[in-house]
Amino acid sequence: MSFSVTEPSKGTKWFAGILVVGYAIITIIPLLWIIATGFKSPTDSIAYPPVIVFEPTLEGYVNLFTDRTRATEQMLEDAGPPQTWYEEIARERGTVISGPSRYGERFLNSVIIGFGSTALCMILGTMAAYAFSRFRVPLKDDLLFFILSTRMMPPIAVAIPIFLMFRQLGLNDTHLGMILLYTAVNLSLSVWLLKGFIDEIPIEYEEAALIDGYTRFQAFYKVVLPQAATGIASTTIFCLIFAWNEYAFAVLLTSGEAQTAPPFIPNIIGVNGKDWPAVAAGATIFLVPVMVFTVLLRKHLLRGITFGAVRK
Amino acid sequence: MAQIRIENVRKDFGSFTAVQSSSFTIEDGEFFMLLGPSGCGKTTTLRMMAGLELPTSGEIYIDGEEVGMKRASERDIAFVFQMFALYPHMNVGKNISYPLVSQGMPKAQVKKKVGEIAEILGITDILNRPVGGLSGGDRQRVALGRAIVRDPKAFFMDEPLGALDAEFREHMAEELRALHDRMNATTVYVTHDQLEAMQMGDKIVVMNHGVVEQFGIPQDIYDWPATKFVAEFIGSPPMNFLNFNGTVEPGAVTVAMSDVSFAVPQQIDGANGALTFGVRPEHIRLDDAAPFKGRVAATEYLGTTQIVSLDTANGTVKARVASSDPVSVGQTTGLHFDARTVTLFDADSGKALKSHANAKVLVNG
Repeated sequence: MSFSVTEPSKGTKWFAGILVVGYAIITIIPLLWIIATGFKSPTDSIAYPPVIVFEPTLEGYVNLFTDRTRATEQMLEDAGPPQTWYEEIARERGTVISGPSRYGERFLNSVIIGFGSTALCMILGTMAAYAFSRFRVPLKDDLLFFILSTRMMPPIAVAIPIFLMFRQLGLNDTHLGMILLYTAVNLSLSVWLLKGFIDEIPIEYEEAALIDGYTRFQAFYKVVLPQAATGIASTTIFCLIFAWNEYAFAVLLTSGEAQTAPPFIPNIIGVNGKDWPAVAAGATIFLVPVMVFTVLLRKHLLRGITFGAVRK
Repeated sequence: MAQIRIENVRKDFGSFTAVQSSSFTIEDGEFFMLLGPSGCGKTTTLRMMAGLELPTSGEIYIDGEEVGMKRASERDIAFVFQMFALYPHMNVGKNISYPLVSQGMPKAQVKKKVGEIAEILGITDILNRPVGGLSGGDRQRVALGRAIVRDPKAFFMDEPLGALDAEFREHMAEELRALHDRMNATTVYVTHDQLEAMQMGDKIVVMNHGVVEQFGIPQDIYDWPATKFVAEFIGSPPMNFLNFNGTVEPGAVTVAMSDVSFAVPQQIDGANGALTFGVRPEHIRLDDAAPFKGRVAATEYLGTTQIVSLDTANGTVKARVASSDPVSVGQTTGLHFDARTVTLFDADSGKALKSHANAKVLVNG
């Protein structure tokens, strides 16, 4: 690691500090707003001027996870007094819970597709990057360019051909189809990022392992992989964030069985378009896995971002 | 331990030939130096012996067995890399034990073996340290430990002292040589440093442009270079070359250069045309009475000796003389060459002409 030659002055440090804090506030406000909206009542959520101090309610979360029907007198009588706290919340709006909503399923779809495609992408990407980095691959530069070029067009440009292909192959609205699609899209990113990381690992480590009696594959996973951990961690996060948040393909290619959370969340708003708290609650919960994952790997992520930027 | 034999080994990288049809033999227990300037193919040769590169053609025998196309892991050899290549995610002990783990050796035995090796190398107290913070010398020792722990058939070392600072190199070179003498292991050592090669090697191969120029014991190579390249590459300052046109008859004991007759070892080969008269700086005596004259252009004081540069009719000559000899720049003096040490070269091919003095040595070349 290198160090800057001159220590920044106190003023510069303060200025830099204020800039960073200011930027952090700007980026974090929308996040806080979404989280807060999840705990508002529908009225508060669309109040103008916006309310900052409000009485928190779990109504949004109840609406997110349940399907409800408007209750008639007869129904309420039949149902008897509310058994649970969430039934109570539903009753206050004159509705009864008719069953769980589909949010849970959609969320699970997101987990399966997001993590599944990320895992597949990392396995294939690491091996491809290793091969590109270490072996004399014919037409290496052209191949790398082709791989990257898949990333140059917006998803919407290829959505129709993919839709037609998927229909032929019976992959429409399936987990497998979405996993394959996200893997294909992410692979270019992972191959390029990982090749950079693997290029930085001296080849002598593997040669030492080869001489020490290990096979090429053993050398790869016992020596190269631990060295590339930083790169793998940061690439994993990038791939996961893409697959997790992807909307355009998901809205076109999934509708039921394999629908992920992003195209589902806007539907929560309901027919009269007032249930913003439930939408916000859905978004909030949707944020959690990626946040947890990123926080767990943040040490690697920070090292990964600056990796290779500074020559040792 | 084993004998290693290289037969007509050649390596091409695309249209570039890194090593051209090389042959030599490394005897069991020898400390063998592969010497040459960078890009001469010495490292490629070593890597082919180790199995890190496959030869384009030719055979490599380790212990009588042809291994040219075998994997590195199947050759039972150890390699010490220039940058040591210690596994950064393991501590010192793990690094040393790694080759044993691959053989599936029981844990208790591995531990015992690592302990022994650490004892030999004097690194017992750092076995649990990560390799990241080690000094150059300790890294070197760990790399050696990883190599010797397995009792391989041979050790291959690719400029292992190259990454150390000058002061420490000397010390490590001695340590390496002592370790070799103690284990008596066949060792092949790549270096571009002729002093290191002379100091440590039992035998030296000198390579240039992918060609083996000469191989033999250091003193033979120093005294009786097979080519002008070897004569120039080895020795500091290198051998002096005096170019002249003339004729050498087979059996001649003198040559005529600039109308002066010089005694030379009795020649076997005859030659005619552009020739080079080669003489080492320490075999030149300054003698005012000698008929071959030179003008002193510069002197370098080296303590016990001094290097005197002289301009002569046949080119610049450097002589190593006692520093007590009074020499002043600008003065003209005669040069006397010790006849027993002279080598004549064909100036065009660069090859030494065979004489009764170097015939025995040149058989190898």
